[in-house]
Amino acid sequence: MRTKEFTNTVTAIFKREIIGYFGSPVAYVFIAIFLLLLGFFTFYISHFFEMGQADLRAFFEWHPWIYMFLVPAVAMRLWAEERRMGTIELILTYPITVGEAILGKFLAAWIFIGIALTLTFPMVITVSYLGDPDLGAVFCGYVGSFLLAGAFLSVGSMTSAMTRSQVISFILAVVICLFFILAGYPPVTEIFSGWAPGWLLEVITNLSFLSHFQSLQRGVIDLRDLIYYLSVIFFMLFANSIIIQNRST
Amino acid sequence: MIEAQHLTKIFGSKRAVDDISFTLEKGEILGFLGPNGAGKSTTMRMITGFMPPSGGTAVIGGHDIRHDPIEARKRLGYLPENAPVYPDMSVFDYLDFCAQIRGFSGADRKKRVGDTIRKCFLDSVRHQTIGTLSKGYKQRVCFAQSILHDPEYLIMDEPTDGLDPNQKHEVRLMIREMSAEKAIILSTHILDEVDAVCTRAIIIANGRIQADDTPEGLRTRSPYHGAVSLTFGPTDSGKLMSALRSVEGVKNTILIDESRSEVSVRVLPQTRETLIADRIMAALSREQYDLKSMYVEQGRLDEVFRNITM
Repeated sequence: MRTKEFTNTVTAIFKREIIGYFGSPVAYVFIAIFLLLLGFFTFYISHFFEMGQADLRAFFEWHPWIYMFLVPAVAMRLWAEERRMGTIELILTYPITVGEAILGKFLAAWIFIGIALTLTFPMVITVSYLGDPDLGAVFCGYVGSFLLAGAFLSVGSMTSAMTRSQVISFILAVVICLFFILAGYPPVTEIFSGWAPGWLLEVITNLSFLSHFQSLQRGVIDLRDLIYYLSVIFFMLFANSIIIQNRST
Repeated sequence: MIEAQHLTKIFGSKRAVDDISFTLEKGEILGFLGPNGAGKSTTMRMITGFMPPSGGTAVIGGHDIRHDPIEARKRLGYLPENAPVYPDMSVFDYLDFCAQIRGFSGADRKKRVGDTIRKCFLDSVRHQTIGTLSKGYKQRVCFAQSILHDPEYLIMDEPTDGLDPNQKHEVRLMIREMSAEKAIILSTHILDEVDAVCTRAIIIANGRIQADDTPEGLRTRSPYHGAVSLTFGPTDSGKLMSALRSVEGVKNTILIDESRSEVSVRVLPQTRETLIADRIMAALSREQYDLKSMYVEQGRLDEVFRNITM
């Protein structure tokens, strides 16, 4: 087996990518905007203080929407950039599998977003100082948010492999992410509720990033939600590898 | 040994590479020649496994690139066209990354990266960001990456592209030095390079192999191979030409240039094998001609190249 090689190559790619993030201004711009937007929505739109509740629901409810724009921005360079620069020709002729390259890149981007997410810890401190929140629920909220980011990221990684243009990759990813978000929202479900059989409606609702995210926020880590997010990630990355192996250039 | 077996690549309705087969042993340096768009890069991309062939396959040291790509690629070094490298990394970090991805670790990795940096004359820029380097240095960084793991098989797509004459010379020297225990394929459209480094040349046009020979062998295909060029002082060219034409084994004579001070003539033999130089010497010595220079033409690769690819 190539377990050792697998770890070794994934680590090598992971390291290169994550150092690359922090070596460029992209990382700092991303983190700054991510934190600013979250703060703005939580305090000014959701009126976190005025609600007077010792939980972070007002904070977490914005994550899907902010991720929808920011995560594709992180993901768009993953493969499109390699194709544009031609370095894809080297990375795909090293003695590694396409899966290892995809996984290394994906994990680096995911950890990077995780770091940005960790930097929202002042919210937890604030809410603990002001009241007595259910820290278990807060923890689950963070786990859910991280998984959600991973799902968005896998979509972005896949669209990034489709094109050498980062702009096209970004727009495709946003549109697909929007579909996944809205799949659980009344505007989409209402279209189907009049005529579609119950099971189909359930499938579509269950495809939603949001419903799984909300159930995690309630403070219960349900195995089904975990499996859901991990299978979305797996499916998207699998599609990613097929796209890369069948690209025309 | 590198074996290309019936490699074919079809883009839409165009056969970019059409049934290319050859075998390359260690110790050989094979030059791929051909006009732009002839299929050189596509062939190399299929051999390295970057592009899946539409038909056929390549076998690298006994490992099929389609069915056993990891083992095949371990034995390969590849320098793609335009030398792509990550612009945001330093030279050292980049080569260290390449060494890690090829499975080297610890002191061995450090030593390998250090040795390669020295070998490719990159010492002065080892901590510089690649994006700030000149084209020549980038090319050398990518070259360094391809020889880092001391591969048995090297595939280089225009290795001297964008280098100045001194750098070209250095890279050619390096390639020649390495060639003893490696099989090397390089593509170029500089014909001098084929003469300078290659032990064998394949001319590709329209996706097919048009010629596969040593550079010397190719040159004999030139229409002027074995012809004798002569330059005289002022003389009666008509009389001279008829004298030359009467020499045994001469097929034709061509007046290349006639001026007040010089007459130059090219004498073509009847067949390529006929040696006519000494007979011409004998014929000329019987009469008083002011012979300034004389040499036997080897034929030129560019003529052969044009004849084959046009």
